Amino acid sequence: MSTRLAKGGRFLDKGKPVTFTFNGKRLKGYEGDTLASALLANGQVMVGRSFKYHRPRGIVASGAEEPNALMNHGAGGTFEPNQRATTTELYDGLQAGSQNHWPNLEFDVGAINAGFSRFLTAGFYYKMFIHPRPLWKHVYEPFIRQSAGLGKAPKEQDADTYEHFNVNVDVLVIGGGIAGLQAALAAGKSGAKVLVIEQTAHWGGRAMVDEPLAEGRIGGAPVDKFVEETRAALEKMPNVSMRLRLMGAGVYDHGYVLGYERLTDHAPTAAGPRHRLWRIRAKRIVTATGAIERPLSFAGNDVPGVMLASAVRDYVVNFGVSVGDRVVVVTNNDSAYLTAIAMKKAGLEVPCILDARPEGGGALMQAAQDLGIPVETGKAIAKVKGTRRVTGVAICVQAGEGAVLKEIACDAVAMSGGWSPVVHLWSHCGGKLTWDTGHAHFRPDVDNPPRDDAGEAFVIPVGTANGAMHIALALEDAEMSGRAAAKAAGHKPKPVATPDVTSPQEAAMEPVWLMPQGAPYELRMKAWLDFQNDVKVSDVQLAAQEGFESVEHAKRYTTLGMATDQGKLSNINGLAILSDALGQPIPQTGTTTFRPPYTPISMGAIAGEARGAVFQPIRRTPMQAWHDAHGADWEPVGHWRRPYAYPRSSESVHDAVMREVKNTRQALGLLDASTLGKIIVKGPDAGRFLDMMYTNMMSTLKVGKCRYGLMCSENGFLTDDGVVARIDEDTWLCHTTSGGADSVHGHMEEWLQTEWWDWKVYTANVTEQYAQIAVVGPNARKVLEKLGGMDVSKEALGFMEWKEGEIAGIPARAFRISFSGELSYEIAVPASQGLAFWEALMEAGAEFGAMPYGTEALHIMRAEKGFIMIGDETDGTVIPQDLGLHWALSKKKDDYLGKRAQERSHMADPTRWKLVGLETVDGAVLPDGAYAVAEGTNANGQRNVQGRVTSTYHSPTLDRGIAMGLVLHGPDRMGEVIEFPGVDGKTYKAKIVDPVFYDKDGEKQNV
Amino acid sequence: MLILHCPYCGVDADETELHAGGEAHVKRYGPGSSDAEFESYLFVRENPKGVHFERWRHANGCGKWFHAARCTSTLEVFGTYSAQTTEPPQEIKDKISAKRPGWSWREFA
Ligand SMILES: [Zn+2]
Repeated sequence: MSTRLAKGGRFLDKGKPVTFTFNGKRLKGYEGDTLASALLANGQVMVGRSFKYHRPRGIVASGAEEPNALMNHGAGGTFEPNQRATTTELYDGLQAGSQNHWPNLEFDVGAINAGFSRFLTAGFYYKMFIHPRPLWKHVYEPFIRQSAGLGKAPKEQDADTYEHFNVNVDVLVIGGGIAGLQAALAAGKSGAKVLVIEQTAHWGGRAMVDEPLAEGRIGGAPVDKFVEETRAALEKMPNVSMRLRLMGAGVYDHGYVLGYERLTDHAPTAAGPRHRLWRIRAKRIVTATGAIERPLSFAGNDVPGVMLASAVRDYVVNFGVSVGDRVVVVTNNDSAYLTAIAMKKAGLEVPCILDARPEGGGALMQAAQDLGIPVETGKAIAKVKGTRRVTGVAICVQAGEGAVLKEIACDAVAMSGGWSPVVHLWSHCGGKLTWDTGHAHFRPDVDNPPRDDAGEAFVIPVGTANGAMHIALALEDAEMSGRAAAKAAGHKPKPVATPDVTSPQEAAMEPVWLMPQGAPYELRMKAWLDFQNDVKVSDVQLAAQEGFESVEHAKRYTTLGMATDQGKLSNINGLAILSDALGQPIPQTGTTTFRPPYTPISMGAIAGEARGAVFQPIRRTPMQAWHDAHGADWEPVGHWRRPYAYPRSSESVHDAVMREVKNTRQALGLLDASTLGKIIVKGPDAGRFLDMMYTNMMSTLKVGKCRYGLMCSENGFLTDDGVVARIDEDTWLCHTTSGGADSVHGHMEEWLQTEWWDWKVYTANVTEQYAQIAVVGPNARKVLEKLGGMDVSKEALGFMEWKEGEIAGIPARAFRISFSGELSYEIAVPASQGLAFWEALMEAGAEFGAMPYGTEALHIMRAEKGFIMIGDETDGTVIPQDLGLHWALSKKKDDYLGKRAQERSHMADPTRWKLVGLETVDGAVLPDGAYAVAEGTNANGQRNVQGRVTSTYHSPTLDRGIAMGLVLHGPDRMGEVIEFPGVDGKTYKAKIVDPVFYDKDGEKQNV
Repeated sequence: MLILHCPYCGVDADETELHAGGEAHVKRYGPGSSDAEFESYLFVRENPKGVHFERWRHANGCGKWFHAARCTSTLEVFGTYSAQTTEPPQEIKDKISAKRPGWSWREFA
């Protein structure tokens, strides 16, 4: 059993007991516990089931590398899956639950998969892909769906708040162990602006546990004194900031770092945001991220109770928790002896230390033996006994094939396969690694660092993260690098004395990638590499045998290292097994890519404040509040919201649209057209420039006149349209689509700045400077005449002309243009007077039947007139010629954007689908986007197609369905009926007709 | 996230302020050009590991387009300069030569 010891636990405040629940069971812990330590203190070693075989799994580690102890955490609006128990600080009322099991942790139906483990080998999913569809549908997919994903997604909206911080520093030190603190001190003393961040709640790191056990001393004093003094010295420096619970999540180009701060996870009732995402720009980044211990690969190394040796002593020293009464230690290096020493000193049994090295260890082995702990050198674990909990180990010689020498009863196993520097942050932005044969690990290759804009290294690894595995080396390295970082950031560092360090030298470790080295298949298929994803030694060997020689391929084929721990424990062991199977050294195999974040960070932190209304600010016209007060049904258009229609009480939206169309055609409609883009183009070369921008000739437009224009990309495709008005000799006003104003303005600027920079032209996007109102219908002139101030008669303001003046006492530009086919004026007034003008129109128009209309009525009226809409009739593959807009393509111009592209063979292909009107035979409305079918089938066995619907509406004017579409040889097939199968199973028959359904001769608008 | 110096407003701009605009010094071919010329203009681009010339716009800043000479492999920036030129300035080419002797890119070296 694991349990709480009477003594020890340097993180605990035993005066503050807390209560929490695990799977509904009430348990007790102390402030300072992690959820993992508190569970262990309550005898809960088994905490979950594995991903594939649903094998019982226990806590393995004590930090961010934990692969198994992933918990559901919280409830309702604070529910979160996949929370690591080892990094979850305990608080009163914490609710946690285990994952990936059904119906419960102790008895799990999915564990039956384990019985089929011989069939669920590497590449299982890929191999299944070759099977026929019915097997997928009825057998594999339900199985995969059932087992896909570990935790459950939250159902409620996140109740917490989050925020972002932007910070610039000279030197960012990531990691608050002794190396990080020493580096910060060296950098800080130069006056550089330093930020030190530590992902846990404590300064000092591993040395705080290990050095006291090893009787190591810094400056003649225990390590905790050094840590406390250094921390205090740093606190006093005004140029140094220190933060706990802030993880370096990712390192990006040119010294950009994302930090992930957990502010209230340990105190959820505290005020303020829960997490904070730090966006840090650092001139230099010192990574003092330490090292992670590796597991050993022996049969049954995943049985609950088998843990990393470092974790076992962390639980004793930091939390006063024993993971078992009798702990067998198995190792290939000296550090695990510290665990044996810790257990023995805590009054627990260590029946045996199995040291795989034939010669055993150095001073620490001697220290353990002096405490009376038996050491067996050259020995290994053949097999772990027990299923839901370790009951013993069978031991064998490491050099052999697993013949059992004897069995030892125990309830926990502490394993150490050596240490791997945490190189993730170094690698995120391209830092390369080098293989260190002596320690059998990858460490940063300082000759191939991530580089800044000047080509200099901007990440400096220090301490054990740099492969300096002895405390004396680590401190020296940190001091030098801290100074170097400050210097590179433009400061003058002074040497800081490195304190004297005494700590035992370790004997050389010996790589052990498989235990015993000649383990047969039966043992290898029980030796886990990746605990969370259930990848075993035998799986990686099978992948190699099947030809997956690249480490990246083998990773994806076996899923090794693809779990949420991202291979923190499994990476090197897996590489070693793969290299062995390929018969090549480990550096030749290489390693997989490390990607940010270092450990998963919350979606809330990534979003920060950008949620709800702040996620994407809405652009509002000056009349927005009026629309809202008059029942507008809103539609998003770009960043705008526009009224779709104004349904009256008890009126449906559809009925409102029908009413708005009829009223506009019969009396008077008002449309808020303020969202239309308005771009001023001005200068001596403005006409020449617009001749390039538009397919039409704009330079010949007379002052006072308007012209409808088309814009194409250089690829020839139609991108935007709108009416252009010539304001004066040098000035044009270009109207764009509502969504297109910014991109059209950007497009103009791009050409002006990068191609025709010697042309004298200015552009200005004045979209929001004006409110624009379309006054439409047979009574349009009457209401303007009533408001007075401008002669809007046919003679004074003809169709496609514009005029400046005053209407109702408000300065106005009236454009006589029509997108509806009715008598129509679009009137622009200063934005500040938009609402006043709108209200004046509504009031004066009451006697003429004035009603506002929305975008849907606008769309129907333009479709009735056969006018195209960018985004409906166009989709980025349509050219003006497809839409019968040849009249808008100037033949007089040598050049315009898109002209050359429109000469390409495919653009001139006579089989391009062309725009036509479509009239359903029975008056029904064609489904939007429906395809017209043709004879025969294509290579995929699908019906051939010969056209598609681009716009479709019920026309209240004609009281029938009308549509526009692109059809093969459409304009030559007038009167022909073609068929459109709908997704509703019906087939719609439609006649090909002229796209202009209403007032073909344009008599209505020209009055 | 890159930092590029905007030669117009003088700001050292984060990538979030910038909009990438693809390869620099592409020659426009219009009506009258051959299919091969037009193809080279619209579709054919360098994809170097090393020295590269790019167009960037200080989109969330002064709004100006500029050019950047940088290394796609190390992210080193050799310099930024006006977009209103058909070839990299000599000063930029010299800087690259100092750091990447023997470099070449399209017709430039
Ligand atoms: Zn700028």
